[in-house]
Amino acid sequence: MKALAARRHHRNAPVVVTLLALLTTGGLYAALAPSTAHAAEPTANDIAAGGKLFQANCSTCHGPAAGGTASGPSLVGVGAAAVDFQVSTGRMPMAASGPQVIAKPPTFDAKQTAELAAYVASLGAGPAVPTAEQVDPSKGDQATGMALFRTNCAMCHNAVGAGGALSQGKFAPPLANATPTVIYEAMLTGPQSMPVFNNDNITPQEKRDVIAYLVAQRSNATSVNDLGAFGPVSEGLWAWVLGIGTLIGCAVWIGAKSS
Amino acid sequence: MSAHDSSTHDGSKDVVVHTSDTLPERFSNPGHPEHHLRRSDQDPRANKRAELQVVVLFLISVIGTIGFLVAYFTVTPAGTPSSIRNSNLLLGLGLFFGLMGIGLAAVHWAKSLMNDHEKSEERHELRSPEPVRAQAVEVIQEGVADSAIGRRGILKGAMVSALALFPLSIAVPLIGNIGGNWNVSTLKHTMWKKGTRLTIDPTGRPVKASDLTIGSVFHIIPDGLDKTADPMEEKAKAIVLLIRLDPRDLKIAPDREGWSYDGIIAYSKICTHVGCPVALYEQQTHHLLCPCHQSTFDVADGAKVVFGPAKRPLPQLPITVDSEGYLVAQSDFHEPVGPSFWERLK
Repeated sequence: MKALAARRHHRNAPVVVTLLALLTTGGLYAALAPSTAHAAEPTANDIAAGGKLFQANCSTCHGPAAGGTASGPSLVGVGAAAVDFQVSTGRMPMAASGPQVIAKPPTFDAKQTAELAAYVASLGAGPAVPTAEQVDPSKGDQATGMALFRTNCAMCHNAVGAGGALSQGKFAPPLANATPTVIYEAMLTGPQSMPVFNNDNITPQEKRDVIAYLVAQRSNATSVNDLGAFGPVSEGLWAWVLGIGTLIGCAVWIGAKSS
Repeated sequence: MSAHDSSTHDGSKDVVVHTSDTLPERFSNPGHPEHHLRRSDQDPRANKRAELQVVVLFLISVIGTIGFLVAYFTVTPAGTPSSIRNSNLLLGLGLFFGLMGIGLAAVHWAKSLMNDHEKSEERHELRSPEPVRAQAVEVIQEGVADSAIGRRGILKGAMVSALALFPLSIAVPLIGNIGGNWNVSTLKHTMWKKGTRLTIDPTGRPVKASDLTIGSVFHIIPDGLDKTADPMEEKAKAIVLLIRLDPRDLKIAPDREGWSYDGIIAYSKICTHVGCPVALYEQQTHHLLCPCHQSTFDVADGAKVVFGPAKRPLPQLPITVDSEGYLVAQSDFHEPVGPSFWERLK
């Protein structure tokens, strides 16, 4: 230490200290920075396997090079997140055309979905599938998530994410069974009628807050049966049919002669 | 009479009168239907069974009340939604069985065990007899004469003033509670002005044009909203929906050239029907729906109404970018936002 202390006034000392500081910061950043990429980088094999799956299952509508046809849009640049959303929820491959592509049991398993996503991502840069940490509800703030959800999402998806109607047979789906990853991908890519909520609009941290709010709604039911949480329509129907029906039944019984 | 005389219509044929002998002049009172004995009147076992049913109904009430008390002391709301739910549910069920049991038992007792012989009560005439009516008029006249209201003018004046003033105690608060601000011109303007930055609701981050990808929707409040005297009031008028479309999809009216920026377009979020926040945006059709009454606006075509009860397009906020690339307003809206009011321009 004595030798170091003696050299601290050396004219090269500031340069050496700056270099050391830069190295430490850079090294620490490289070690600790959150990785935005998928846990396992897709290999060339994944992309090749995905390409085969694509040719067999998707190219009829999206074109042999995913450039789009009259029946399906181009997938160049939509990114792995869009593929993971559409395929893992069973929306793609589509079973029948209609006002809206609906979710159904997925056709492909997780590995095949990842291969398809890797293939489409290799065609052009697009949003990646979020990491488990990015969608971890325990790391989000429910209160902030509620404020964001109320402003950006609640008018279509209902205040607690129960879903709602749009025009001409389209609808905003309920979010009670959507996985955190799927919710994140939907915000990022804006599937079908849904607008895009990119990271400049709702930041990754805020997206996690929204997920935290939605997941909290699942264990937070305030009634035994919330009748879909749609509010006055379904609750009013039950009150009129059951409540008033019971009252009319009582009135008829009181007025009828005993047998 | 001349109009009546000139009519060729024979009124006597309007009503067809049947002179059939088959209809009697008056219907005779059929009287009570024949009395039927109930099972509990004829069979002692049925009578016993009905008695037992009444006892069981009262017992259900007793169990309901005891259940209510047990629930009150054991299931207390502890601040979590599920404990409040359980407490409400059990108290409600206890009350329901407690009261319903008594009600059903009382009615069942009366219907099956008490006698059910029909009885008649004749209606009496509503009008009082003549002497009673005359006496009532006499009492009123005597009171009027005794109060000397005709001669004591000052008394009459005092009474009329008191009666006339009293309704003010109801009317003044009713009108006063409508609101303290009677300045109608505030409805015509919002806090947007030249150079006000567009910021994200609710975080207040300013927005750059490059932040919006095609298909993006940003919910926007004006910069400095939280520093105004009444942020909620200002927000209710100034909220804006910022949308980026493919510029090729956008139809721009000649008088609105330069109001949008590279496909980024800003419309008031307040429905022109009754003022709900219009925010259901369908990215593929460019339709913007109001959640209250399904008014639908075409964002690609000047936010014109394509469906629903709204009458006017949503007002457009002219926007541009400042030297740092942030989106700013060019001016306030060019027309009042929200539903019509009595002095709305245009």
